[in-house]
Amino acid sequence: MTQRMPKLLGMASIASLATLIAALPAFAQDAAAPAAAATPAPTLDAGNTAWMLTSTALVLMMTIPGLALFYGGMVRKKNVLATVMQSFAITCLVTLIWFIIGYSLAFSDGGSSNAFIGGFSKFFHAGITNDTLWAPGVANIPEWVFSMFQMTFAIITPALIAGAFAERMKFSALLIFIGLWSIFVYSPIAHWVWGGGFLGGLGVLDFAGGTVVHINAGVAGLVCALVMGKRKGFGTANMAPHNLVLSVIGASLLWVGWFGFNAGSELAADGLAGAAMMNTQVATAAAGLAWMFAEWIVVKKPSVLGIISGAVAGLVAVTPASGFVNPTGAFVIGIVAGVVCYWGAAHLKKMLGYDDSLDAFGVHGIGGIVGALLTGVFADPAINSLGENHSIVTQLEGVVVTIVWTAVITWVILMITKLLVGLRPSESEEEEGLDISQHGESVAE
Amino acid sequence: MKLVVAIIKPSRLEEVRQALNSLDVHGMTVTEVKGYGRQKGHSEIYRGTEYAVHFLPKLKVEIAVDDAQAEPVTAAIRDSAQTGRIGDGKIFVFDLEHVTRIRTGETGTAAL
Repeated sequence: MTQRMPKLLGMASIASLATLIAALPAFAQDAAAPAAAATPAPTLDAGNTAWMLTSTALVLMMTIPGLALFYGGMVRKKNVLATVMQSFAITCLVTLIWFIIGYSLAFSDGGSSNAFIGGFSKFFHAGITNDTLWAPGVANIPEWVFSMFQMTFAIITPALIAGAFAERMKFSALLIFIGLWSIFVYSPIAHWVWGGGFLGGLGVLDFAGGTVVHINAGVAGLVCALVMGKRKGFGTANMAPHNLVLSVIGASLLWVGWFGFNAGSELAADGLAGAAMMNTQVATAAAGLAWMFAEWIVVKKPSVLGIISGAVAGLVAVTPASGFVNPTGAFVIGIVAGVVCYWGAAHLKKMLGYDDSLDAFGVHGIGGIVGALLTGVFADPAINSLGENHSIVTQLEGVVVTIVWTAVITWVILMITKLLVGLRPSESEEEEGLDISQHGESVAE
Repeated sequence: MKLVVAIIKPSRLEEVRQALNSLDVHGMTVTEVKGYGRQKGHSEIYRGTEYAVHFLPKLKVEIAVDDAQAEPVTAAIRDSAQTGRIGDGKIFVFDLEHVTRIRTGETGTAAL
């Protein structure tokens, strides 16, 4: 969707050219009826709208229950409720923030500062009616649906960060941190890339949010892991996943939901949406097997956690590429992402010594960067003409700008949160488990 | 009377039950337990991080028998629970002082 604006312009000019050509004989044959040649007012496209309503529901399913279960299965049993609670509470919190201010900051006109941030004209979704179309003349979907679709992206992005500090953040701190992060990190970056801001203008290719969602969440997760420190007992206590079946169900829901994420990012039910779906499937399968085989070679077992982690890494990496590359490109992107993210989660983390509990950075940060860069390598103009001037250098610019902003502002927000309520529960609360200490509940034996 | 306590592999429970059934043993108590002996656990690897699992799941089977049955019951458990691989478990035999059947109040061998 980085290319949403230029793409819309491109398609709009093709549309007007077609109208002009169609109009020519009319002028020649019947100069007395110029009204017939005027472009009719855009009307709602039922096919596109139906697909976008569906996509929106699919992407919401990625967070609840998809991500909630994927993460919930990977933590120790004493923290499973707190972990699924993070995804669920973030869904509720970000929904309201997006409704009130987030959408306006990301997708309304910011006037003189529009390159960096949107404005307040859509505060509480002001001015939107049932007849307001998003991208009139191109997508022709209701703005209600566009905002809802974007809202599901705004929800999953901070929910992904929670993997980095799983098992050790106070719930009150989580709410404050995520609320501020959604407003001051997510909305501006979404605006830069998709809302008419400066990154979209640079020509950075990001079809469905590799930069806005995955690099953003991954890097924020890394900053959280570094600032918050390791879980109590890290390196000595057994922190093995308590129920990988939950994680398999979660990863599978993420996979299915991701068709809404990637193919939905076309904002239309068309051929490119179909290509994005095929690319998503191929890259995911390739990455799942790549991680599995890499681990099989290194530690002699093809693990369940390995194949599902690889699949998610493939989904992440193909996200920016899904509407620009052909399936062969997606296949290669998947293999690279599977192997590199395995290295990121299993080796880089050890080398650098941070405790990214569930590898939010190792999978989303690294996978996002791999995908963003390889989109610049494999973009195929036959799939999407906007990929014609693809360049790994432009891609790198988008990656670096995102990393710097999210790292700095995430750090500032963590400091504010720490000042207000503190970031971590007491040591004894952490040992007892967040389910009991934060929520007063536990799962039955 | 004797109390025979056997720690066995969970997968051998059905064989042990059948073997004891043919010896006319009337009841047993089975508990899920964890422990280790010479087998010393195993290791699990999650995304490159290795965890040693010291305590492995086993079943503890307890059977109260009269003195004459202790030897054949022990032999039956030994034969039916044996796989020949490390981790097959152990059998302990204790003297049993007193038994009461709660429903009837019977005591001693009549309560077995």
